[in-house]
Amino acid sequence: MTMSRLAAQPTEVLDRSTKLRFRWNGKRFDGFEGDTIASALAAAGEHVFSRSMKYHRPRGILTADYWDPNLLVQVGDDPNVRAGHRRLEAGMDVRAQNVWPSLHRDIKAANSLVARFLTAGFYYKTFMRPAWLWPTYERVLATFAPGGKIDLDTPHRYHDKRYMHPDVVVAGAGPAGIEAALAAAAAGARVLLVEHEHAVGGHLRYSSSDSDQAVLAELRAALDASDVEVLTNSTVTGRYEDNWLGIVQRNHPIAVERLIKARAKVLVAAPGLIERPYVFSGNDRPGVITSGAARRLINLWGVKPGERAVVFTANSDGDAAAADLARAGVEIAAVIDGRDHRRVSSAQGSSKALQAVVAGGNRIEADLLVVAAGWTAPTSLLNMAGDRPVHDPAAARFFPSDPPGNVLATGGLAGDGTLDELRAHGAATGRLAAQRAAAVAHRLQAMTARARPVDGDEPAWAPDERTPLGRDPHPELYRSDTHGMVDFSEDVGSKDLVAAAHEGYDSVELAKRYTTSTMGPSQGKLETVNTVAAIAEARGETIAQVGTTVWRPPYAPLTLGALAGRVFEPVRVSSIHPWHEANGVSTIIAGQWMRPDHYGDPAAEVRNVRTNVGLIDVTPLGKLDLRGPDIPKLLNLLYTNKWSKLPVGKVRYGMMCSEDGVVLDDGVTGRLGSEHYLMTTTSSGAGGVWEWVENWLQTERPDWKVHVTPVTTAYVSINVAGPKARELVSRVTEGVDLSPESFPYMEVRLATVAGVAGCFMWRIGFTGELSFEIHAPSGHGLHVWEALMDAGQDLGVGPFGLEGQRIMRLEKGHFIVGQDTDGLTLGPSTGLNPLIKLDKDDFAGLPELAWAADRSLPMIVAIQPDDPNVVPDEAGQIVRGDTNEILGRITSARMSPTLGRSICLGQVEPELAAGGTKVTVLLTSGERVSATVMDHHAHFDPAGERLRG
Amino acid sequence: MLLVPCPNCGPRNSADLRYGGESHARPDPATATPQQWRGYLYLRDNPAGWLWETWYCRSGCRRWFTLERNTATNEFRNPPIPGDKRGGKA
Repeated sequence: MTMSRLAAQPTEVLDRSTKLRFRWNGKRFDGFEGDTIASALAAAGEHVFSRSMKYHRPRGILTADYWDPNLLVQVGDDPNVRAGHRRLEAGMDVRAQNVWPSLHRDIKAANSLVARFLTAGFYYKTFMRPAWLWPTYERVLATFAPGGKIDLDTPHRYHDKRYMHPDVVVAGAGPAGIEAALAAAAAGARVLLVEHEHAVGGHLRYSSSDSDQAVLAELRAALDASDVEVLTNSTVTGRYEDNWLGIVQRNHPIAVERLIKARAKVLVAAPGLIERPYVFSGNDRPGVITSGAARRLINLWGVKPGERAVVFTANSDGDAAAADLARAGVEIAAVIDGRDHRRVSSAQGSSKALQAVVAGGNRIEADLLVVAAGWTAPTSLLNMAGDRPVHDPAAARFFPSDPPGNVLATGGLAGDGTLDELRAHGAATGRLAAQRAAAVAHRLQAMTARARPVDGDEPAWAPDERTPLGRDPHPELYRSDTHGMVDFSEDVGSKDLVAAAHEGYDSVELAKRYTTSTMGPSQGKLETVNTVAAIAEARGETIAQVGTTVWRPPYAPLTLGALAGRVFEPVRVSSIHPWHEANGVSTIIAGQWMRPDHYGDPAAEVRNVRTNVGLIDVTPLGKLDLRGPDIPKLLNLLYTNKWSKLPVGKVRYGMMCSEDGVVLDDGVTGRLGSEHYLMTTTSSGAGGVWEWVENWLQTERPDWKVHVTPVTTAYVSINVAGPKARELVSRVTEGVDLSPESFPYMEVRLATVAGVAGCFMWRIGFTGELSFEIHAPSGHGLHVWEALMDAGQDLGVGPFGLEGQRIMRLEKGHFIVGQDTDGLTLGPSTGLNPLIKLDKDDFAGLPELAWAADRSLPMIVAIQPDDPNVVPDEAGQIVRGDTNEILGRITSARMSPTLGRSICLGQVEPELAAGGTKVTVLLTSGERVSATVMDHHAHFDPAGERLRG
Repeated sequence: MLLVPCPNCGPRNSADLRYGGESHARPDPATATPQQWRGYLYLRDNPAGWLWETWYCRSGCRRWFTLERNTATNEFRNPPIPGDKRGGKA
C-alpha cells in the first residue's frame, strides 16, 4: 500500500496554501489546512496507525472517518483522539497508542502467534482462579489495555453547556436532512440541524459527480439563506423521554466541548448509512479499506490510496469508488462484483502491507483492496425512542419499524432512492415535523392553561402521508468462505463468535458480552450486523430471528468534561465571610454552604467560650417566617409536642417526625406576635422542612390560614455564647432589658443591635452556655459581627467555628438529626419521650409513635470510654464482648477540652441503655475497648445551670 | 427527561420538580389500623398504565399538585389538580 498526495481535486477540502507542521511518533510531518490527522499521514505515505487490542496486529486506515476503529491516537495529553475525524492543527504532537516499544516493533504482537489460545472468553476462563491473584491479573492486564495515556497534570480546560428549545431537531445534514430542515423552517418551525462531520452534505461531499456537487452547492446556499441553526462537528448523542436530546458540539470556539441539552418537539433522524466491513481472512490488514474510505481519501483530501487495487463491489458506491480510483491513477487489477455471487476470500501479504487478494481461487497482486459490501443502518436514535428496527434480508439491512409520532426517519435510514427522491422525502418529513411540532406545542400549552392561555383547538395530529422510499435489493454479504475480523476495536473474529455460540452463548446479548464484540470504541457502528450474522450462521437462523442488540446512548463518545460542564451549583456564604477569611478561617462545605470550621485551634475556641465569650456564624440555620391565625394548629401537626399556649415572646423546642415516626428535624420556634412566628430548622433540613410544611398546608389542610416564607438567607445568624455573653451583648443592644428576670432562657425579643433595627434576639444556644442568638438583616450581618468583636475585646471575645460548636454540643449531649439519628430512628429513641404528646388528636407520625410506645427501642445514650484518651471512630460498632454481634454504634465522638477526656453519643440496643452499663466498642484497629453508658445525655452541666444564667 | 405540566409554570423538566410518588389518601390517625397505616406508608399499586401522582414544583411556583400519567407511555391526561394529593382516589 503506497499512498501519496494527488494533484488538487475539484471537491477537496484542503487549503494547499497553508502548510501545517506536526509530529507523528516524534518525527516531523507536513499536512494542509483541511486535512484530518489521518489524511495528512496517509498523504505522507504512512500506512500503519495503531496496533490491535488483543493481538497487536498492525492496523491501517479502514473507513477514514469518525468511526474508523484503527485510527485512535494520542494528541498531546489528549488520549483516544479519532484521527480519521480530528482536523490537523499546526504543532500537534501525535503518537500511536497501545504500542511498545514502538508502532513498528511491537513486542506484544507475539500475542498473534498464540491467537488460537486467546479465544472467546479467554480472560474469563483464564484469570478466574485463584481469586487472590485478581489484583495481580488486573495490574498486568491493565498494561495491555488499548487506550491512550491520561496526563493527571493536564490543566483545567473550559467546558460549557447550553439549553435549547427548538421545534424540530434534524440529526444528520445529508441531502435528506438538509431538505427536512429547510422545509420545517419554511413552515415556521424553529429548526436545529446537527451534523456529525465538519461540513454539511453527507455523501454528496465526497462524490465526484458534477450534478451531485451542483445539488450540494444549492443546498448549502439555501441553508445559508434560511433561519435554520446549523451545528457541524456536533452529534446528537442521545434521545430521552419527550425528545430530550443530548448534543455534543466539538467545534465551539472557546469550550473544548459543549453539551447542548435540547427539548425538541419533533426529532428527525437522518444519520445516513454506515458502510459495513466484510468478513474474510486478512480483512484487517493495512491496505483493505471501505469504498467510502477510498472516495473520501481521493475526493476530500487528494490522497491516492494505493498503486494497484482490487475492488470488491456489491453496490453503486463500490462502482463509484472504482471510477474514482481509476481517475486518480490507481491501476485497477480486478473488479469483483458481489452482485454476481463472487467473493473475496483472503487478503494476503506481510504483517504490514497487502500484497495479494485471493478471489474465486485466483491470486491477484495488489496493494489496495476496496470493499463495498453493504450498509449498517445507524438506528440508534430510533432505538432510544423505543423503536425495534426490523431486518429486511432483500435489502440486507435494518429498517425502522414503528417509532413514536414525534420521531421521524428520513434519508438512507428510511430507504433508498434517487437523489431527487431522497430530497423529496426529506422535504416531506420536514413539513410533517413542523405540523406535528405545532400540535405538540399546542397540547403542552393547553395542559397548563393557567400558565399561558391558549387560543383555538389543538391542531390535528398530521398523518404520515409521505411517499415511502423504496428499498434497493442488496446481496447479503457478511462473511466470505473464510473467517476474519468482526470487531476491529476489540479484536473479535467470526471464529470467536461461532465458538461462543457453540459454548451456549447463542443469544446476541450474551455473545456480545462474552466476546466483547460491539463493546469497543466503535460501539457497534461497524460490527453489529456482522456480529449478529455470525451468530445467526452458527445457529442456522436468519438475522431477523436472532435480532439485534439495543443501541443505547451515547451515539458518539463525549468527554466527561462535557458532561460535567460548568459548575452551576453556587456555594453560599454569609455576609460575614470576608471577616472569617481575614481571620485565618478553615472552612467546611456543609450542604450548599461554606462555613467556618475553626480558626486554627478548635479546643482553644471551646475553652474561650466556656470561660469568656465567643461568636459563631450560624447563618445557614433554617428560618421560616410564619404568619396567620392557624399557626398553632400547624405547629401541633408538625411537631410531636404541644403549641397551643405559647405566649408572645416565648420560644419552644420541638421535634418533627415523618409519618413513619422517624425523626425528621428539630429546632426552636418562637412567637413574635399574635399571628407571627419564626420557626428554625436544622441547617441541612431547611429546604426539606419547607417542602414538608407546604405539603401539609397545600394538600392536607388547605383551609388553614398560614403563610410560610423562607427567610434563611434574609438574616445572618450569630450566636454569642459564654459566661460574659450578657455583658457583651448589652454593650451593643438598645431597647431590650437583658436581665435574666425580664429576658430569661427560651424567650425571644425584637432588638436594635449595633444600631441595626429589626434584629431578632433569642435566649437559646447549642453550646450549653449563656447564649444570645441574634438574627440580623443579612446586609448588616458583617457590621453587627464586627461591632460585637470590637465591643468585646476586653472580655476576651473570639470567634468559634462549627467544630468547636460540635464539641460543645456533644459535651452537652445534644443529638444532631442525621448524625446521631438515622432513617430508622423513631422519636422515642432520642430520649425525648416527654415531648411526644400521644394525647393530641393528630400530628405527623402519631399512629406509629403510639404503637412504638409499647416497644423497647434502640436508644441514643451518652457513652464514655473507660480510657479517657481513646476517641472511638464515629460509626464504630458496639459489640457483645468478644463476639461480632452488633449491639449499637458510636454516632459522635470527640475529645472534650472542658472535661479533658473522650466523650461520645451512640445508639444502643435497649438492653444496654441504662446508665452504668458497660459496653464494648470495636475500634477500626480491631482493638476492643470498654466504655460506660452515662446516666444523662449531657457529659457536662447536666442540670443546665450555665445556660440559664 | 420527562416533561411535566405544572399547572402554574407550564411544561417543566422533571428535574425541576420533586416527585411525590403515587397519590394516596392519609387515613384517619385516630382509627387507622396498623395495616391501613402501613399501607399508606409503604404499599403502592405501581401499575403499568394510568396512575395519579403527586409532584412539587420546587424550582417554580412551589405548589404541590397531582396529575395522571401513563407509566408505560409517559403520556398525561386530564389537567393537573393543584393542592391535591389523592388523585382519583377517595
